[in-house]
Amino acid sequence: MTEPLLYEISRPDRSSCRLPELDVPEAELPAGYGREELPLPEVSEIDLMRHYVRLSQLNHAVDTGFYPLGSCTMKYNPKVNEAMSRLPGFVQLHPLQPSESVQGAMEVMHGLQGFLGEISGFPAVSLQPAAGAHGELTGVLIMRKALYDRGETQRNVILVPDSAHGTNPATTTMSGLQVVEIPSDDRGNVDLDALRSHLDDRVVGLMLTNPNTLGLFDENVLEVTRLVHEAGGLVYGDGANLNALLGICKPAELGFDVLHFNLHKTFSTPHGGGGPGAGPVGVTAELSPFLPSPLVVAREDDEGPFLAWHTPAKSIGPVKSFYGNFGVLVRAYTYIRMLGGPGLRRVAENAVLNANYLLSLVRDIYPLPYDRSCMHEFVIEGRIEGAPDVRALDISKRLMDYGFHPPTNYFPLIVPEALMIEPTETESKETLDAFADALARIAEEARSDPDLLHNAPYTTPLSRLDEVRASHPRTMRLCYAPGC
Amino acid sequence: MPYIPNTDGDRAAMLEAIGLERVEDLFRDVPEEVRFPRLELPTPLSELEVQRELLMLSEENTDLNHTICFLGAGAYRHFVPHVVDQVISRSEFYTAYTPYQPEISQGTLQAIFEYQSMICALTGMEVSNASHYDGATAVAEAVITALNVGRHKRSRVVLSPTLHPQYRAVTRTYTQGMGLTIVGDEVLGDSLEELAALCDSDTACVIAQNPDFLGRLHSPVELRALADAAHGCGALLVVAADPISLGMFAPPGEYEADVVVGEGQALGNGLNFGGPGLGFFATRLKYLRSMAGRLVGETVDTQGRRGFVLSLSTREQHIRREKASSNICTNQALCALAAGVYMAAMGKQGLRTVAEHCYHKAHYAAGRIAELPGYQVLSDRPFFKEFVVRCPRPVDETLQELLDEWDILAGYELGRDYPELADGLLVCVTEMNSREEIDTLVAALAEVGA
Repeated sequence: MTEPLLYEISRPDRSSCRLPELDVPEAELPAGYGREELPLPEVSEIDLMRHYVRLSQLNHAVDTGFYPLGSCTMKYNPKVNEAMSRLPGFVQLHPLQPSESVQGAMEVMHGLQGFLGEISGFPAVSLQPAAGAHGELTGVLIMRKALYDRGETQRNVILVPDSAHGTNPATTTMSGLQVVEIPSDDRGNVDLDALRSHLDDRVVGLMLTNPNTLGLFDENVLEVTRLVHEAGGLVYGDGANLNALLGICKPAELGFDVLHFNLHKTFSTPHGGGGPGAGPVGVTAELSPFLPSPLVVAREDDEGPFLAWHTPAKSIGPVKSFYGNFGVLVRAYTYIRMLGGPGLRRVAENAVLNANYLLSLVRDIYPLPYDRSCMHEFVIEGRIEGAPDVRALDISKRLMDYGFHPPTNYFPLIVPEALMIEPTETESKETLDAFADALARIAEEARSDPDLLHNAPYTTPLSRLDEVRASHPRTMRLCYAPGC
Repeated sequence: MPYIPNTDGDRAAMLEAIGLERVEDLFRDVPEEVRFPRLELPTPLSELEVQRELLMLSEENTDLNHTICFLGAGAYRHFVPHVVDQVISRSEFYTAYTPYQPEISQGTLQAIFEYQSMICALTGMEVSNASHYDGATAVAEAVITALNVGRHKRSRVVLSPTLHPQYRAVTRTYTQGMGLTIVGDEVLGDSLEELAALCDSDTACVIAQNPDFLGRLHSPVELRALADAAHGCGALLVVAADPISLGMFAPPGEYEADVVVGEGQALGNGLNFGGPGLGFFATRLKYLRSMAGRLVGETVDTQGRRGFVLSLSTREQHIRREKASSNICTNQALCALAAGVYMAAMGKQGLRTVAEHCYHKAHYAAGRIAELPGYQVLSDRPFFKEFVVRCPRPVDETLQELLDEWDILAGYELGRDYPELADGLLVCVTEMNSREEIDTLVAALAEVGA
């Protein structure tokens, strides 16, 4: 099933929108500034709407089916959040209005700064970063600047475990620092001996995801953070997996100095097909002067309390325009207000329970590289005894025929044929049972008819796509417009 | 429990299957001394109550439905046809994630491919990525692209003083660890020739904005001269553009820009108090591999049917890790979807009409204000939808009075960024402003300035 492109359904002189008649005299146009052609498509509103509705129907989404994409926390996105973020009193606000005229919006931001601080244990939070990777850049720049501010300008190394997301090393490079990779031990924890051997006065810090991308809580986390601090370094917490820790422990109390939150994972704001998200950053009191500007702070004058913008004294500077993805912040605020402290703890408990239950159903079917109780997600190997040609990719593609989105494949890199599965707390036991059943049936299919898997999927709008063709200089096509 | 379907009975059955007695037993790896802290958060609310609280908070703001707005300065109020919100409210779009699995993500992939195509059409460039976080971060990423093109042997960046102050600030934040020298924006100069003179053999790129932060347009001839100067030094020309202005003015591709970036919020996205928006990013095919960000390309499936996939991901962090072109992993997909629907809805003629209305209305307003005693409109260059008014009274007082007495957000106080323009007010007029609103502004300025 394919849908024509907008440019293919375009017909001269069609349009979907009409503006009022111009109500002022026309001004003279400067000569030599204008453009001749504006090669945008011309489509009627009905054709436009049908085009996009039909496109939407080609997507798998949380609202159409189970989406156990590891490390992405594809939980249900409550509809009340959408409605609240579209209130005219939030949507129709200009970011440069005087602060007296936007106190309600600033109260949402101030409230959310406080909620995230309480959940994580950090006294200061910036809501400005637009995504997790953006939060990482913010956090690492803060660590670098704080240490340089102490005069320790020889520090230029960030330690990154081998199980880390690719963003961690990429962020390090962007910050002008060097990456040193730390191996994991045979229980999936940071290898303490390797860590010790790399800790010296060149280390800015360690970037640690906990629970890590294997879904395992580092059993030595207190020792890890203590060792880094002892060497004069700081510990960055990648909050990608915070869903497992809500009300279970506060990252600041584990010894982290900085943490980014993924509001689009943990706090149920939608992923939007790949953004917009939000990646706020929390820090210790010691690092708070380095946060990006501005923050919302409570002040008081003769007329009473009010909220104001504040630029921290030694700020790294702004990391984006204005204050952050405010529309996303409203959704997260709404979610936290509805759940409260006990509700958030139940989120983590049920996310971890669902993951362990699903693990118990599939552990005898697929190899389990680290045999421990998991947190909110787990990693199995996409290898099936008796079907040596079947790979994780084939299992993933076949899962689509059963109506499921595949797990994250081939990550983390330290597990061969990795399938990383994160069910989230918003799925029912029946869904988990059905998914495990599909994985079991696929293992049988792999042994009896491996080609069934090699050629999967069959029921999707398209079959497997030629990804090489889209990246090869001779066959690549990245644009379909007149002149491209 | 909101959003958790499993019952106590389900949980008991699941625990039994795992072989545990209590849910708490799942957390034995968490150090006991920090386990299960109490979260001091406000009492949970029902959906009915939370709706009441948020409605109340939203109504504490003075929103633009209840004021007359001439405030722009990087965030713009333009008409958004309802078809845009209807499309982005389809939960098949907004509850999906990055299209890693193309067989079940063709909706998102084709929508991004079409967005890329229309951004190329608008900017006159050959390739567009799937978007960055916003205009400011797109500028910073353009610097990184230029450093990649120069193989990291060049370390100087020339910024126009009339590039948006936040874009310049964010570029400095992003690049603070890279050991760059950033020059050009120390004082408010006036010509592109001054920028051209700053380019040398160590320069990776020169970045200008058109229309600039003060709303002024530079001619394609002047910009081509800047491109020539940059290219003569082996540097790139990066142009930050207002996408609405490209409905009527020459696309940067025509005057040899190498990278075109900008804030795409004006294309079908609301103001939302400054976010989310999107940063569009387009360049020449030859710089494709130096560019960061998601990119969608056309291909075929095993049966030869056309389809779309993420393309050239070998540039990206999940493959290249510390050698990646950037750490970015997502885009602003839903905002890019809105921008795509908007460009298609307005179409060839509609976007031109929007741009022309902005232009004519802004000129009408500038002409009327210039007639007022005490006010002066800076008119050294053609302008698009924003212009600078020198005010007889302090700008902050003028703005306060206009808001308090007339419910008018009259513009942006330029003294916040440019000491040379301490009496300067940046006024923005779009197709949203009726002649009546403009006349009200003029009357109010006359009274406040008297």
